[in-house]
Amino acid sequence: MAKKIVVDPITRIEGHLRIEAQVEGGKITNAWSSSTAFRGIETILKGRDPRDAHHFTQRFCGVCTTVHSLASIRAVEDALQIQIPDNARLIRNLIMAVQNIQDHVIHFYHLHALDWVDVVSALSADPKKTASLAQSISDWPLSSANYFQGIQQRVKAFVGTGRLGPFANAYWGHSAYKLPAEANLMGVAHYLEALEWQKDIIRIHAILGSKNPHPQTFLVGGMSMPVDPDSQNAINADKIALIGKLLKKARTFVEQVYIPDLLAVASFYKDWAAIGAGVGNYLSYGDFPMDNGGGTDNLYFPRGIIMGKDLANLMPLDEAKISEYVTHSWYSYSDGDDKGKHPYLGETNHNYTGPQPPYEYLDTDNKYSWVKAPRYMDQPMEVGPLARVLVAYASGNTDAKGAVDFVLKQLGIGPAALFSTLGRTAARGIDCLMLAQKSELWLQQLADNMGRGVLEVHNSEKWDPATWPKEAQGFGYHEAPRGGLGHWIRIENGAIKNYQAVVPSTWNAGPRDPRGQLGPYEAALIDTPIADERQPLEILRTIHSFDPCLACAVHLLDGQGSEIIRVRAL
Amino acid sequence: MTVLVLGLGNLLMTDDALGGRMIAELEKSYRFPQEVQLLDGGTLGLDLLPYLEGVDKLLVIDALRMGAQAGELFRLEGEEVPRAFANKLSVHQMGLQDLLAVAELQGHLPEQLVVWGIQAESVEVGMELSPAVSGSVAELMLSVVRELQGWGVVLKQAA
Repeated sequence: MAKKIVVDPITRIEGHLRIEAQVEGGKITNAWSSSTAFRGIETILKGRDPRDAHHFTQRFCGVCTTVHSLASIRAVEDALQIQIPDNARLIRNLIMAVQNIQDHVIHFYHLHALDWVDVVSALSADPKKTASLAQSISDWPLSSANYFQGIQQRVKAFVGTGRLGPFANAYWGHSAYKLPAEANLMGVAHYLEALEWQKDIIRIHAILGSKNPHPQTFLVGGMSMPVDPDSQNAINADKIALIGKLLKKARTFVEQVYIPDLLAVASFYKDWAAIGAGVGNYLSYGDFPMDNGGGTDNLYFPRGIIMGKDLANLMPLDEAKISEYVTHSWYSYSDGDDKGKHPYLGETNHNYTGPQPPYEYLDTDNKYSWVKAPRYMDQPMEVGPLARVLVAYASGNTDAKGAVDFVLKQLGIGPAALFSTLGRTAARGIDCLMLAQKSELWLQQLADNMGRGVLEVHNSEKWDPATWPKEAQGFGYHEAPRGGLGHWIRIENGAIKNYQAVVPSTWNAGPRDPRGQLGPYEAALIDTPIADERQPLEILRTIHSFDPCLACAVHLLDGQGSEIIRVRAL
Repeated sequence: MTVLVLGLGNLLMTDDALGGRMIAELEKSYRFPQEVQLLDGGTLGLDLLPYLEGVDKLLVIDALRMGAQAGELFRLEGEEVPRAFANKLSVHQMGLQDLLAVAELQGHLPEQLVVWGIQAESVEVGMELSPAVSGSVAELMLSVVRELQGWGVVLKQAA
């Protein structure tokens, strides 16, 4: 007899994602991914000055304050054919890299690790054995028995207050937790260290962004923060030296803590290399331009498409082949809900047909989500670090090949293991490592430019709307931490005529399309084993492996589903 | 004594913008001594952790869902705050609640915590506050200023 379970909401911090899954014989046989809060924020951009759009789009996302700024200014630059100066490229690369590095570490330790690491078990670990374990996998200096004992006492005292805080809402003691107590204690220690670490790393955004949170340095045509060795208020030699120090700190933590932890945890969960594959199609817009030609054929993470897990056949990406469907989404299109629409022609007219809360189940045969269903050549696509790393790997990028092969070798698994929940989590680490190792080069190039007297950060040739064509349209791409982000803008008479953003979680969390094809979350849950229907930890593992963040797809809680995690087994 | 005045909320979502708007208003209307920091925290969660470090007194400004009449003012203090946020009275309860819990775990929890807010009417997409909330902003501003003065902060009207 099939049972249906509901997890709502599924994110630990922000957003509003609901999963309904049908379980039969201890496995998921069907799944529906829904976002139950509306957010049609693009509508407020209509009629505004395209140069201002990024100030609004920056606030789309509750967590990543740089990603929508970048996609927006790139969309305008694409529409108006603006080439940015080399320094602007480098500063943007640094800002993007820092966002990715910080976000991946925070995701691993603060959102995802608790699916694998049992905090309560850590309380019974032997600090001496924990020290031996930590020293055997890394040179990281914080690894003495005394240190781990101190951490253990701190967490014990905290749990003793009866407020689990960030550690609440997990399924401690669940049979699917496999780590020995010592590995759990090491994980908890690094959870705390990562919090300290991120504070320093994010200072780079304050330096390059004039302000943090919500950096204010973005500008259509380049950046606003000047590069000037003779000014205290500009990016100068002192600031470059400070950023260099912080980047080194970022890299050291990734190399000596994150990656060893990832490998140590993964080695206990290799069965998850065969679970959670999903649609098997991957899309990466690519990012981190290696020159300032404005093209997309020289990106550090290349652009491309992989279909049907075929790494031997990397295909070029043409954004014109993207369309969004609303057959199962609470919107209506002016010419019928079964046809797809390219984002340039996108419409955001809400049409809620779902049940009135409180309700047991969504009407999954009809419309059941506030997220649209984007498709590429009518196929569902996964975006994110796994897509990024696979496209880079398939393109022959030597850094990606080196990092992927290292991880596979350490774990004793083959490339097919990448198409999985474990692969997704490992790819995030690889993505983070590659950027942590590459970003020092961009800083060096910035220093070299400054040394040669190349100080330009902004191209103002087309700042004046009088220089613009009457009509223009542009596509702004970005590989945000969670995956491919696209902004599409249409400009008419100097004002925004239409604006659409397709965010990473729209690709991954979207519902079925008119052909009944499952979205990536939905497909990834099929065949996932469920040990205990009342504690569907396994669903969280796979969904969290995507780094779900409906903070940008949708943000607000509705009055109904605002419990922290509600699970119903029926 | 170090004070952080933290506005929360999304500037694009009508009344949800209250926290951020109030920070901007305060910055415009008053000159603050060095030990007082004003921060528009947007909708960030854990990313705000660094700003809590070394803070003795934290004043949060946010749009609230208290089941009251739109525009009504609320002041929550100390233990009421995490509990109130656990009962989902604010649209940011997850972020703030997690933030405070982690701060406590790290030993950075400010010794005093006060939330000032207004019952929201609308949290739809839009750039303006609702009339009900807008009508209470002046009173909220005064309440926040008095709270800070009660903490011994010396404020000067901006010229």
